[in-house]
Amino acid sequence: MSKQLYFLFVHPDRRRSHTNRTIFEHVRTLENVTAVDLYESYPGFHIDVALEQRRLREHDVVMIQHPIYWYSMPPLLKLWMDEVLELGFAYGPGGTALAGKALQLSVTTGGGPEAYTAEGMHAHPLETFLLPWAQTAQLCKMSWLPPLVLHSARRASELEVQAHAEHVRAHAVSLINPAFVREGT
Amino acid sequence: MGHGILRDAFIFLATAVIAVPLFQRLGLGSVLGYLIGGLAIGPWGFGLITSVEESMHFSEFGVVLFLFLVGLELEPKRLWALRLPIFGMGSAQVLGCTAVFTLVGLAFGVDARVALVAALGFALSSTAIALQVMKEKEWLPTQSGNAAFSILLFQDIAVIPMLALLPTLAPASAAATSGGSPWLSALKVVGVLVGVVVAGRLLLRPLLRMVAAAHLREVFTALALFLVVAMAGLMQSIEISMGLGAFMAGVLLADSEYRHALETDIEPFKGLLLGLFFMSVGMSIDVGAVKNSPLVVIGIVVGVTVLKIAVHTSIARIFKLPEQQRPFFSLVIGQVGEFAFVLFATAAALGVLPTEAAAPLVAASAISMLLSPIAVTIFSRVIEPRLSRKDAPPADLIENEKPAVIIAGFGRFGQIVGRLLYANGITATVLDHEPDQIELLRRFGFKVYFGDATRVDLLHAAGAADAKVLVVAIDDVDASLRLIDQARHEFPHLALYARARNLQHTYELMDRSIAGHERETFESSLRLGSRVLEGLGWPSHTAWRAANRFREHNLEMVRDLHQIRNDQAALVAKARQVREDLTSMFEKEKEMRDKASGGWD
Ligand SMILES: Cc1cc2nc3c(=O)[nH]c(=O)nc-3n(C[C@H](O)[C@H](O)[C@H](O)COP(=O)(O)O)c2cc1C
Repeated sequence: MSKQLYFLFVHPDRRRSHTNRTIFEHVRTLENVTAVDLYESYPGFHIDVALEQRRLREHDVVMIQHPIYWYSMPPLLKLWMDEVLELGFAYGPGGTALAGKALQLSVTTGGGPEAYTAEGMHAHPLETFLLPWAQTAQLCKMSWLPPLVLHSARRASELEVQAHAEHVRAHAVSLINPAFVREGT
Repeated sequence: MGHGILRDAFIFLATAVIAVPLFQRLGLGSVLGYLIGGLAIGPWGFGLITSVEESMHFSEFGVVLFLFLVGLELEPKRLWALRLPIFGMGSAQVLGCTAVFTLVGLAFGVDARVALVAALGFALSSTAIALQVMKEKEWLPTQSGNAAFSILLFQDIAVIPMLALLPTLAPASAAATSGGSPWLSALKVVGVLVGVVVAGRLLLRPLLRMVAAAHLREVFTALALFLVVAMAGLMQSIEISMGLGAFMAGVLLADSEYRHALETDIEPFKGLLLGLFFMSVGMSIDVGAVKNSPLVVIGIVVGVTVLKIAVHTSIARIFKLPEQQRPFFSLVIGQVGEFAFVLFATAAALGVLPTEAAAPLVAASAISMLLSPIAVTIFSRVIEPRLSRKDAPPADLIENEKPAVIIAGFGRFGQIVGRLLYANGITATVLDHEPDQIELLRRFGFKVYFGDATRVDLLHAAGAADAKVLVVAIDDVDASLRLIDQARHEFPHLALYARARNLQHTYELMDRSIAGHERETFESSLRLGSRVLEGLGWPSHTAWRAANRFREHNLEMVRDLHQIRNDQAALVAKARQVREDLTSMFEKEKEMRDKASGGWD
């Protein structure tokens, strides 16, 4: 049985996005995938919480695609977390809606791999900055899958971006049909 | 004859204009002003007016209008809630006072029939004076105010059997009254009352709506007066007090959307006629009768007042009224009322009361009415401050509900404001002059009242004095500004929010620096504009932001233009500059965003 994957694409300006948007275009056409452009859905930052929660319930894997902004996520995604991952839904007493589901992060950074080292510009490995995400998965009893990362996103050539997008797409397929490839967990 | 009416009107009006403000100034209240004014111009004063009875008759209609207005403020629900005080305390008061007065009369060796008639008359209090005093002192909303009001209402009802009783007391010869079996007339009364309630429910509102739709103010006023006259007349035809009929008409309309409009229309008539009525009472004080037997009259006044207050005090105790309120309660209905005149006059006509007995009784009644406002004033100046005020006046039954928000104009614009508030648990009081609209909205559970919102008196009636916010959402620019200026002046505490029809209107509103205004088409145009950008392939959030930017810029421009609005040349130059600014602003923003997203790689 195929699993259902909720693909959340989060970028404030699709037109200015190069890498994230290409990835989105690659994944959205897959079967068993519900692909949503978060900024397009809620341009005025008014999130339909009930709809989002229903979508989360109806899918087995949550995959979130976003650029790293200021060591973190774009603001609408943060608001989405604040409002959708409610007490009693995602965590706390009775909050088991997400339990057992998988959380797959896919991010792009401006900085290269060397920037995310002790000697580099940002002084810490990228995982450190993703700690809030990892702990969120933990609190919501989701399995936290190792994030997919594209470094130096803005310097990447067209070919490199395409290759990465293919990689993300293949990974998504493997999450939908775990029998094909065994990876992660 | 016409000349005579003009002359009388001149005297009455002049008296009111001089005496009432004077007495208000002295803190003695308007009622006393009228009474003393009346005494001064009456046959026993300067003798300027001699047709006392005529003006008394005519002005009784003021009391009728007054009761209509009181009824308007009492929804049937609330009246139902008052049924216990009305019948419990009311009957206790009437029966108690009658019994005491009769016994005292007998003890003084008065003829039994005379004692009974006098007792009945003295038991009644003056609705006009007591209500007016309680309104002026804002006593109606208290528990004891309610109690006093209930008793007055019961007295109005009690007058009917009292008048019916008189012929049976009459000496056999004079008892040839208008025959008919009592059962038949009782049946008639019940029939008419049921008919009135049913017809009132079914017909009144459509009728009011139809007339309101004609948008002719004076016709609406005419209809309002017509209603009261018709009801009063109908009631009189079945020998029920006119006031009670008018009161019923009021109650029937109390929960209708036209309540405020009726109130504001009738108020001035009531005020003037009631004033005339008080003056007539003043005039009718028979100084001659007092001169002839001063001790008797004074004795009656003092005795009646003291006994009445004593009876009321025990009622207050029995019915457990709040202790602090008991003295005022006992006092405020402690006078003899206007119905005593009617009763004594009828009794005299029937021969139950010898004329030489009637004169001092009538004089005593009038003097008691005259003294009542004075007593209340002394009480509230001297005695009341000494009573500790532990408990605040509790729950109100007659009081108006107090809305925080009033919305003037409930068309397409005001509606959305109102519904947004309503959805968030804030029920605004709505004023509109389009009856069809009103009917529809009422079905959706809104409190909508019919009327011209620019009238200050309507605002008063709608509770502007207690509201926090007035939303001016009417579509007429001039009316909107007029309303704002008036509201500013009359209710400076109100926060004003306005719908702006166009730029010119916006500037006018800015001149007035009210709490907030919105151009009626601005926000929705921006929304549509951003939808168009989306249609051209823009990401929605980007389009949304562009609209926000434009909005901000436009608001700033309006602020600038407002400043130089009267300088044509500057205006043109500014407009051109603004257009250029806008383009460069958008360019600058693009640059900024490129800069913000750079440097990370
Ligand atoms: C506001 C902003 C903040 C950014 N913060 C970071 C950051 O903290 N670390 C980093 O490596 N790159 C950062 N970048 C670079 C973005 O991560 C990079 O432009 C993005 O991943 C490219 O993806 P795209 O082509 O889909 O826009 C930032 C970019 C912007 C616009």
